[in-house]
Amino acid sequence: MTIIPAALRTPARILVVVAALAAVLLLPQAAFADFFTPEDGGSPNADSIDTLYKIVFAMAMAVLAGVWIALAYSMIKFRARRGAVPAQIRGNTRLEIGWTVGAALILVVLSVVTFVMLDDIRNAPESDRTGVDLQRVGQPTGVPDTESVPPSGRSLLIQVRGKQYVWQYTHADDDENILNDPFSYEELVVPVDTTVTLEIKAQDVVHSWWIPELGGKMDAVPGHTNWTWFKIPGKHAGRTFRGQCAELCGRNHANMLAHVRAVTPEEYEAYIERKGREIEQANDEAARQRKRIESEESR
Amino acid sequence: MAATAAPSTTRTELPALPQVLAHEVDPEPRGWRSWVMTTDHKRIGIMYLVTTFVFFLMGGVEALLIRLQLGAPENTLLSPQTYNALFTMHGTTMVFLFVVPIFAGFGNYFLPLMIGARDMAFPKLNALSYWLLLAGGLVFYASMFFSPPEAGWTMYPPLSAEDFSETGGVDAWIFLIHLTGLSSLVGAINFYATIANMRAPGMGWGRLPLFVWTLLVYAVLLILALPVVAAAVTMLLTDRHFGTNFFDQNQGGDPLLYQHLFWFFGHPEVYIMILPGFGIISEVLPVFSRKPIFGYKAIAAATAVIAFLSLIVWAHHMFTTPSPAIVLVFFMLSSFLIAIPTGVKVFNWIATLWRGTVEYRTPLLFACAFVAVFVAGGVTGVILAIFPVDWQLHDTYFVIAHFHYTLVGGAIFSIFAGIYYWFPKMTGRMLGEGLGKWSCAIMFVGFNITFAIQHTIGLEGMPRRIYEYQDLGNLGLYNLISTVGSFIFGLGILLTIINVVKSVKGGTTAGPDPWKGNTLEWFTTSPPPVNNFDSIPRIRSVEPMKDIRRQVERGTPAVHQPAEAAPEHSVVA
Repeated sequence: MTIIPAALRTPARILVVVAALAAVLLLPQAAFADFFTPEDGGSPNADSIDTLYKIVFAMAMAVLAGVWIALAYSMIKFRARRGAVPAQIRGNTRLEIGWTVGAALILVVLSVVTFVMLDDIRNAPESDRTGVDLQRVGQPTGVPDTESVPPSGRSLLIQVRGKQYVWQYTHADDDENILNDPFSYEELVVPVDTTVTLEIKAQDVVHSWWIPELGGKMDAVPGHTNWTWFKIPGKHAGRTFRGQCAELCGRNHANMLAHVRAVTPEEYEAYIERKGREIEQANDEAARQRKRIESEESR
Repeated sequence: MAATAAPSTTRTELPALPQVLAHEVDPEPRGWRSWVMTTDHKRIGIMYLVTTFVFFLMGGVEALLIRLQLGAPENTLLSPQTYNALFTMHGTTMVFLFVVPIFAGFGNYFLPLMIGARDMAFPKLNALSYWLLLAGGLVFYASMFFSPPEAGWTMYPPLSAEDFSETGGVDAWIFLIHLTGLSSLVGAINFYATIANMRAPGMGWGRLPLFVWTLLVYAVLLILALPVVAAAVTMLLTDRHFGTNFFDQNQGGDPLLYQHLFWFFGHPEVYIMILPGFGIISEVLPVFSRKPIFGYKAIAAATAVIAFLSLIVWAHHMFTTPSPAIVLVFFMLSSFLIAIPTGVKVFNWIATLWRGTVEYRTPLLFACAFVAVFVAGGVTGVILAIFPVDWQLHDTYFVIAHFHYTLVGGAIFSIFAGIYYWFPKMTGRMLGEGLGKWSCAIMFVGFNITFAIQHTIGLEGMPRRIYEYQDLGNLGLYNLISTVGSFIFGLGILLTIINVVKSVKGGTTAGPDPWKGNTLEWFTTSPPPVNNFDSIPRIRSVEPMKDIRRQVERGTPAVHQPAEAAPEHSVVA
């Protein structure tokens, strides 16, 4: 008649069941390391978020387990039996103040842990010496006012533009002409060991930039500029990190993918140079065509 | 006693009054007209419950279609257009046409009964509430035959602006918000007026049943929050059709303004959808553990505190938007605070079971399932409130899992507890216990299979609202598990529907007070007569029915009981 199985009738059996449950919960953790935690490994901010999450998750699980055990215990232990008399208790002020303060204390601890970790997540670190030489890849000179730029003001600045349904990346250079800036779609190529600052904007609707292994997401909101940063360790040169737009942007939202390919600084320099050359050639070709059309029309 | 005694109701003692002659008294309507023309809070309540449950099933079918599409990677079952329309309709239906109004349904039926009133304060306004709700549902679902909205239930511009959503689907959604908003608003005013003015003699604020407390707070929150969303969607409407540019960044407007307005409403809305559920749990647990609720005042106060805090946490839905650090920090800390009164409630509920004699009836099982599931949603809520962590989890399946743990756990399990608890009062018949327990068990298992794994799906990096995904890692397997779970969950709900259909005519006769309840609705017959009560007892505690039963069992007032504690009228039970 009852749905509580017979296995849950004695304390010893309860312990067995709890242990079995714990095993079921913990085994997959061994099998897939990231089963319970966010993606990380591509950038220090992603790693810090992962660490913060693990601390909070452990506290959350402790609270959850405590409540579940108390609930299950009350249900089983105080099950109606012949002759049992319910205690007519209406409350206990000291106990109630106690658990209110207890809950508050847990939150104070959470806040402290968060504020301690916050700097590492929000504030961009300096690039390594082995990172790309910003002068050689032609970085713009002004320093944007954001924590996503390291204190020295030197990081690789890339403009990210969301539009239905593609990400466009522009590697701004140091001249005024924006038509000759190297750019690409979907795949962003960046150097390792270098702090990369992203200036995120949207062209049409709201999008959200997110590469899970490279840290948190930031929305691209029309009319606003959002910032984030990442710094890929040298060991990941040659790796591609995957992500996709995280804010509903229309029918093909699911297909608005983003890839970040990490390359060595030398490869990056070569990439920028090649891109610059291609754009120059394309611009020259366009100019030639314009001239030809103009001369044809004037004829 | 003698000085305050109400006039006796026995026929023989009636003083000779002048005869009142009635001209042209309309006969009571019969058949379907008796429903369409009714202003009786019980009939309106039943219409609310049935209508919202039908919308629940439609929202449920939409959910199952969504899960079918996601059951396999790169599935081609649904087109992106259909998929976007489905999740938009699913969210809108569940929020505006199911959870919010079904609590209005329970409130309509039980609020007057629980406070010993004969009807709501404004019965015609009450009928208007219902018909506005139905109209809202119909205009919204009518868009299915033309072009349903596709921009998600949050309807963020610019995606919902005319440039990106040309068809009338968004307008149908705006119309729904206005109609259901008006419905809830007049309903809330009605609840408030009824609770403030029509309580039984002796029922001070400290003796108000906890479900009524939550309805009061629900009403206040609706009155505070609904005008804001009404303004937001009106601005969206004029942006779309009359050339205003409130949300157009190119014309001096701002899409973020909409998000702030929407969530200023949206977060109180979350608690609007949960607090009455808390109220049901606070009624069910003491009855089935045969103990008074532990910490009545703390639970009532926690309800009010949650409501206040719910008004100052909205931007935690916007942690990934371009926002100053002070905004992020403030809304993180304010969101943390909500965990305290919520935790207080959970501890009080468990303490209510503690040292009781817990009877495993279906309402109790649903209530315990609620506590177990809701706590899980609560702790993930605290995790999400930490804004740097939210940067990883926002808009992923982790968030989907979190709010389904709170909304399905918080709302659906409590609604089902309410259905099983109050069905005997509404119909005079008991729901089957066997089917009920199976339904509860299957729903509990199915629910957890569906949504527990979604935490991991989100942590793996799958954003919400995508119609297809690549099979990276174990995403295909995890999503398949979730899909299987959703059908198990659906089966559990189906069992309750079968139970209701079987029991409405064929269930065991319930009698006026099958559970030995604590509150006044059990004082009258099942179902109650049109006027609810022939006589209304004086209220002397939070559990008037306990007092009355004690009185009946003893036959006469106990010697040690003070004289004013005696009932004015003989008890018909």
